[in-house]
Amino acid sequence: MPQPIQLKDHEKDALLVRRRVLVGAIVVLLLSGVLVARMYFLQVIQYEHHSTLSENNRVHVQPIPPSRGLIYDRNGRVIADNRPSFSLTVTRERAGEWREVLDRVVGVLELSAEERELFEKRVLQGRRPFEPVPIMYELTEEQIARIAVNQFRLPGIEVAAQLVRHYPQGAHFAHSVGYVGRINEKELQSLDPVNYSGTHHIGKTGIEKFYEDVLHGQVGYEEVETNARGRVLRVLKRTDPIPGKDITLTLDLRLQEAAEAALAGRRGAIVALLPKTGEVVAMVSQPSFDPNLFVTGISFKDYGELRDSIDRPLYNRVLRGLYPPGSTIKPMMAIAGLDAGVITPTSRVFDPGYYQLPNVKHKYRNWNRGGDGSVDLELAIMRSNDTYFYDMAHKLGVDRMHDYMSRFGLGQRVALDMYEETAGLMPSRDWKRARYRQPWYPGETVILGIGQGYMQATPLQLAQATALMATRGKWIRPHLAKRIGSELPVDPEPMPDIELRDPKFWDYSIRGMEQVLHGARGTAKKVGDTAAYRIAGKSGTAQVVAIKQGEKYDSARLAERHRDHALFVAFAPVHAPEIAVAVMVENGESGSGVAAPVAKAVLDAWLLDENGQLKAEHAPAAKADGERS
Amino acid sequence: MNGNFDRNLSHEDVLRRRASLLQRLHVDGLLLLLLLTLAAASLFILYSASGKNLDLLVKQASSFGLGLGAMLVIAQFEPRFMARWVPLGYLVVVGLLLAVEFMGHTAMGATRWINIPGLIRFQPSEFMKIIMPMTIAWYLSSRPLPPRFKHTVISLALIVVPFVLILKQPDLGTSLLILASGAFVLFIAGLPWRWILGAVTAVVPIAVGMWYFVMHDYQKQRVLTFLDPESDPLGTGWNIIQSKAAIGSGGVFGKGWLLGTQSHLDFLPESHTDFIIAVLAEEFGLVGVCLLLLLYLLLIARGLTITVQAQTLFGKLLAGALTMTFFVYVFVNIGMVSGLLPVVGVPLPFISYGGTSLVTLLSGFGVLMSIHTHRKWIAQV
Repeated sequence: MPQPIQLKDHEKDALLVRRRVLVGAIVVLLLSGVLVARMYFLQVIQYEHHSTLSENNRVHVQPIPPSRGLIYDRNGRVIADNRPSFSLTVTRERAGEWREVLDRVVGVLELSAEERELFEKRVLQGRRPFEPVPIMYELTEEQIARIAVNQFRLPGIEVAAQLVRHYPQGAHFAHSVGYVGRINEKELQSLDPVNYSGTHHIGKTGIEKFYEDVLHGQVGYEEVETNARGRVLRVLKRTDPIPGKDITLTLDLRLQEAAEAALAGRRGAIVALLPKTGEVVAMVSQPSFDPNLFVTGISFKDYGELRDSIDRPLYNRVLRGLYPPGSTIKPMMAIAGLDAGVITPTSRVFDPGYYQLPNVKHKYRNWNRGGDGSVDLELAIMRSNDTYFYDMAHKLGVDRMHDYMSRFGLGQRVALDMYEETAGLMPSRDWKRARYRQPWYPGETVILGIGQGYMQATPLQLAQATALMATRGKWIRPHLAKRIGSELPVDPEPMPDIELRDPKFWDYSIRGMEQVLHGARGTAKKVGDTAAYRIAGKSGTAQVVAIKQGEKYDSARLAERHRDHALFVAFAPVHAPEIAVAVMVENGESGSGVAAPVAKAVLDAWLLDENGQLKAEHAPAAKADGERS
Repeated sequence: MNGNFDRNLSHEDVLRRRASLLQRLHVDGLLLLLLLTLAAASLFILYSASGKNLDLLVKQASSFGLGLGAMLVIAQFEPRFMARWVPLGYLVVVGLLLAVEFMGHTAMGATRWINIPGLIRFQPSEFMKIIMPMTIAWYLSSRPLPPRFKHTVISLALIVVPFVLILKQPDLGTSLLILASGAFVLFIAGLPWRWILGAVTAVVPIAVGMWYFVMHDYQKQRVLTFLDPESDPLGTGWNIIQSKAAIGSGGVFGKGWLLGTQSHLDFLPESHTDFIIAVLAEEFGLVGVCLLLLLYLLLIARGLTITVQAQTLFGKLLAGALTMTFFVYVFVNIGMVSGLLPVVGVPLPFISYGGTSLVTLLSGFGVLMSIHTHRKWIAQV
């Protein structure tokens, strides 16, 4: 087989390979020598060092949690800050029989069995090995002293100082800013374990939740040498944490207080926003609660009271409360009718006190049973005439209504940075088919025209739709953060502005809204008469769905809770709108009688100075002078 | 194997041949002895490293059994047979790697697996660890040595394709091992020294390019952590800090079996997989590490002997490359755990827990045994 010349090659090749193998063997030996030298270095030369580290003393990397960013109102008043607080921590690995140690802690501090149980639950949530787990917050001086005295029989127990969230304004911003609470098991799974290694709290709702990433900051750490008992002997190295960014809100503490005062203890919701910028200046959901309760762990009893209260203080009415918008939607419906061409500013409808679909006996009643006679657009809005809007809705049809109302933000989330906002509901044929497997009936179109039926909106959506009237269709999402650190909020998916065939359509509808307060037959004339400036507004009532919890309670209260909710939306001043507001008073019955005065109180608080005069910055000089003279 | 051939041998030769059961099974006794010793050592250390987890030991032992089976089967094939089929094998595995690239199974942020639900889940890159040196050895063995420029370029192309595919999965450790296994064939085939030097100088700009264009953030993070492990002590640097403390505290004779504190108190992560040498070093000290290294060096010495004694050029190139690559495993793993090299995720051969790596490694030794035991007797006489 092998030919002579190849055989010669073969031998040459073998020699070549043998030489290379020799080189390889030498390299292998040299590199093995390197490994042995490295091991010798670690295990013999540095033995003392490593041995000390591992035998009695251990190196620990202790995370240093970043301090959470502060939250201010638009004028720099503090809404959320961090307060030093002393907490009791357990390091399970150092406690030995930690359950016995917990028993001793309970004995020393004279605590209840319930708290003992809570401690155990908290210890079992511990994470990295050798990480101290806080079991009790806000120790008093006496408790700290008792622990110190008994320290010798409490291995693994330490009193640690840490910063804990505090809300100096109490219940005012519980629904907008929200609160932080202890990280729970579920949240633990989705968190960055490194960045949260020293953090025990996380934003649960509101701004605290929405801007958690920004507020939290970046963890720092400290490499420390400790003895076997866990006492820190020295700090080997330290990297400072990067604190979370401060957030300045658009909310105004003074206006918030004024709005809450205007509700005068009634249950309800108020949103006030600046149409030009989308800044939410007041956001009230009453009753409210003290967010400080949640920070260090609310007791079962307190939580039960809040959760089961018939007044539902935990319920965010502004973002989660869904109400049929009722007549408040009529100005926007009028825009839809004008732009679609089914009505004109001068077209008239005769109102005998009811409306009938062709060839159908059912009568859709106007609220004013006697009827308003011949009605045009301005009168229809001023008098809140249902018949006019029944007729218009029938001509417009559900598809076009859905289209126009969606452009006003109904049936979708409108806010830029609010946690757990509900989309509400703007019904359509498709929606009904999917939801009920039924076709759309003409009668449903008719009642949609006065904001009843399936339609549901949040107070925030009503405020935004009103703001869109004020800006004549210019969309800016309502938001709560004015500045995040030094940055401005950015809208990732802006809404398209509402463009009409003729911009004058806005004026026709707004004039109707103005007449509601200032017209001779306006539904809210009583409120308009007392105003120092011109207001455009619209009242509404939302029929109540029975509250389940309420049914257990006494019949007198039950009846009250079945009354309609009162709604009022407004913006002012009419000619240069500065502020838009939506008010919902639970079981208030009358939009113009109960909700309108509240709305006006909010507008006054923003627009008027101490003397009851329109603030100079809100009044276009020439016009204001003209009106006064 | 036929009767006529027997008659040409001396009586003694025939006796010697018939006497050895191992040789008839195409098993190299010395290699087998060393491998079994390592297997025993692995179970011994794993028992401690896993916190006396017997289930884990049973799994590791059965992986050993499976690997030894694979080794035995592979040893039966003649090297000539392997050389004939390796081009096809290469194409198939590259095809599989492409399949991984486009429709592979993703786990823990990397796409390395081909998953046929209910049937099998495997990493094609593991096959490449053996196919790669075999392919280059097949290609170069029928060309004149030392390799000409053209043949070197073609060899490099054959190496680079799977290297890049695996690097993109991303699996830096495996891709480097495969690169090394192909490069060793070229080295043993007598690649001129000046070319090697040229390639080494070219590495610097390539490395800079890779840093900016190829490497993932987590890989960059690993390199940075290597350069300054303490820069990230809560994340990747934690492993190095703790493994160094574990190794260093072992001293010369170690703390004794099951008495290591660092590994048992959960200070040391991945203590039974990639970082197992730290457990060995802590419990058996410098002496234990040196003994293990000695075992490895004996294996390598045997591999290099087989290389030199191989009769065909294909056998020589393949055996040499497999042996040298084996050493790369050892060096990279111990180097990374002791803080000399970046953490690239290479297990310690035969000791670390993990079935896949065991089967692949033992298959490699099956190839070595095949090369050694299928030699023609006539040439030795």
